[in-house]
Amino acid sequence: MPMTEADVRWVQEPKLGFWDQIYFPAMIDGLKTTVGHLFGRKITEQYPEQEPKLPPTYRGVHRLNRDAEGRVKCVACYMCATACPAHCIDIVAAPAPPEWAGREKYPETFVIDELRCIYCGMCEEACPVDAIELTTLYDLTGLSREQMVFDKEKLLSVFDTTTKAGTDPVRTQAGRLSVASEPPPG
Amino acid sequence: MPTVYVNDKPVEIGTGKLNCIQAAGLGGVLIPSYCWHEALTVVASCRMCLVEVGDRKPDGTVVMQPKVVPGCQTPVKDGTVIVTGEYDKRDPAAAALNYPADYTKGGKPGERAKKSQADTLEGLLINHPLDCPVCDKAGECKLQDFSYKYGRAETRMVDEKNTPPNKPALSSKITLFTDRCIMCTRCVRFTREISGTAELQVVGRAHHEEIDVFPGRPLENKLAGNVVDLCPVGALGSKDFLYKQRVWYLKTADGVCSRCSTGCSTYTDTNKDIVYRLRPRVNPEAQGHFMCDEGRYGYHFANSGERFVRPMVKTDGRFKPAPWTQVGAQLRQEVAAAVGQAAAGFAAVLSPFLTVEEAFLYASYFKRLAKEVPLVLGPVPVVGADDRYPKNVKGEPVEPTKFVIRAEKCPNRRGVEAVLMHFQGAVIPFADVVRDALPAMWFAGGYPVKEHVEEAFPADWKAPALLVAQDLFPTLLTASAKYILPATAAFEKEGTFVNHAGLAQSFPRAVRPPQEARTELQLAFDLLGRRGLAQPGAIRAELAAAVPFFAPLAGVVPQNGVKVG
Repeated sequence: MPMTEADVRWVQEPKLGFWDQIYFPAMIDGLKTTVGHLFGRKITEQYPEQEPKLPPTYRGVHRLNRDAEGRVKCVACYMCATACPAHCIDIVAAPAPPEWAGREKYPETFVIDELRCIYCGMCEEACPVDAIELTTLYDLTGLSREQMVFDKEKLLSVFDTTTKAGTDPVRTQAGRLSVASEPPPG
Repeated sequence: MPTVYVNDKPVEIGTGKLNCIQAAGLGGVLIPSYCWHEALTVVASCRMCLVEVGDRKPDGTVVMQPKVVPGCQTPVKDGTVIVTGEYDKRDPAAAALNYPADYTKGGKPGERAKKSQADTLEGLLINHPLDCPVCDKAGECKLQDFSYKYGRAETRMVDEKNTPPNKPALSSKITLFTDRCIMCTRCVRFTREISGTAELQVVGRAHHEEIDVFPGRPLENKLAGNVVDLCPVGALGSKDFLYKQRVWYLKTADGVCSRCSTGCSTYTDTNKDIVYRLRPRVNPEAQGHFMCDEGRYGYHFANSGERFVRPMVKTDGRFKPAPWTQVGAQLRQEVAAAVGQAAAGFAAVLSPFLTVEEAFLYASYFKRLAKEVPLVLGPVPVVGADDRYPKNVKGEPVEPTKFVIRAEKCPNRRGVEAVLMHFQGAVIPFADVVRDALPAMWFAGGYPVKEHVEEAFPADWKAPALLVAQDLFPTLLTASAKYILPATAAFEKEGTFVNHAGLAQSFPRAVRPPQEARTELQLAFDLLGRRGLAQPGAIRAELAAAVPFFAPLAGVVPQNGVKVG
């Protein structure tokens, strides 16, 4: 519906009175807020000496989960790569090794460009076997672009460190589509 | 005109013998089916195409059959009434038929068909694994599509699913994911009716039915790849394409197979300028519904690392890459000089792998330099004899022939011949000039199999002083050339091929050629001194105007091709 003249309401800036014009009461008003914070509860975090406790839904560095036998849980279905709005996931699929019972396809390589990623969590949401998750690791640094391109081994090592440290237990258990979506060891 | 009523809409069916699926298709209504295929016999085993049918009498009364029937098995005639499961989405413009009271009493029209389809799908999904994430068919799977459209959202199955083991040894090219099979038996019927080799069969009964081969008799025939296309689910997988790409990444372009003179219509599936898969495109004018494995798996040459990707010039006995700006000018100069010295000694060889547009521009160029330049038809590779299908147990072809793999392994001999006939009134075969000691030769090749080039040269062949070799792969010929120019594969150019029967099919470009390569068309365009980019469509129109043989190519070439000559 187009806007008409009747929909427009004109407002006038209020006129400054005498006390407003000398600015003194407004300064006192502002200082009250400042001084109030000096005696209130401290909210500044002393990072990096004091590390923040992030909610488990924080979206940080990715990891590739392992299944009960320590194999990569990912079945190389490309759902994450398809859902990814930044096109930062690159997968090369291959038939699973014959000794992997019940598995037909696995990712030969699985590469995430952590610099391209926008940490939206769509990959996690798209995964039918809960193989990819975002952890609460946020202090991601590197000395070169190549260092920030995480391959399969690196992503699996993120899983190992985060589950061992207990910071990020395996969260998503929604999908139960294949044997690969079993809960992890421990 | 016989008229069939599809969801109340009158559809004229002409004189063809049609079943309910085809008649409904003419009316724009899709009846889902798995086992039915136009080129195969009807078995009506999947029960997906169940419809309600009846008869409209000349006085307007309608009599309906009391139960649903398979649409694939039910022929239509004048006055047949088809009510599908999508009756509630019918065309509102059509007036409702006068359905009898005893028919509408049990429910609205179409309700029984709809319920039957949902029940059929539930049955098919009882043992079907939820493998979609790892299944190559996902994205183009009829079971996915129809489950989404007609099926239930959740399973009521509480028992364990049957999980028969996979059969990767079914064939060297094809693997069977046994648990995904829905027993439509399309593959079995294909090997019995089209290839005639009858390797596949159904073993077991009821829920333990499986597709299998006799021990020691794997599925190895030259048409076997078609069973992968025929499979409506992901049970039969091509080992060549297995896990290479998800199908939704693929871009599909129409193509024409370049590996024999049948010129099968194909779909070329590509992603990021790499060809991943070829599939047959239905074309009754060219080959029908199928294609052979030689063509289907014969695209790998285009992705080969051995290919020439940039022009090279021999200097001091070694080939050095050179930019096109330099090579183009040098070529024009040297060719003009060679033709000026001895025009009859300059052989311009145009291979049967060139498109007609390319052959036309090349021929125009050489004939413009001098009328006496002989235009030679490049080596025409012939391997064995025509391979006809179906075959009987002994491997002998049986009439009627349903598919032919031609012995002539090139796509465009007739087209190039017609161009040569137009320019010099005769076709000079390659064998006539290869024995002569020529001072200069331009060899426009593009042979995907290098043996086909090398076989055409005698062992004691003396290379001309000026040899311009344009080919895909290093051969004896390119080794003795002065200039090596990269050729382009059929996927990398737009053009027209004329098959063995004179059917001209135009096809668009599916992938870009290697970065530093130029298509033959563009090169000939540049040599002719024309400016800008070569437009194959414009050159085709020029060709149609200049050569009466190609007159039907004027205007838009129909998708199924057009007969020339």
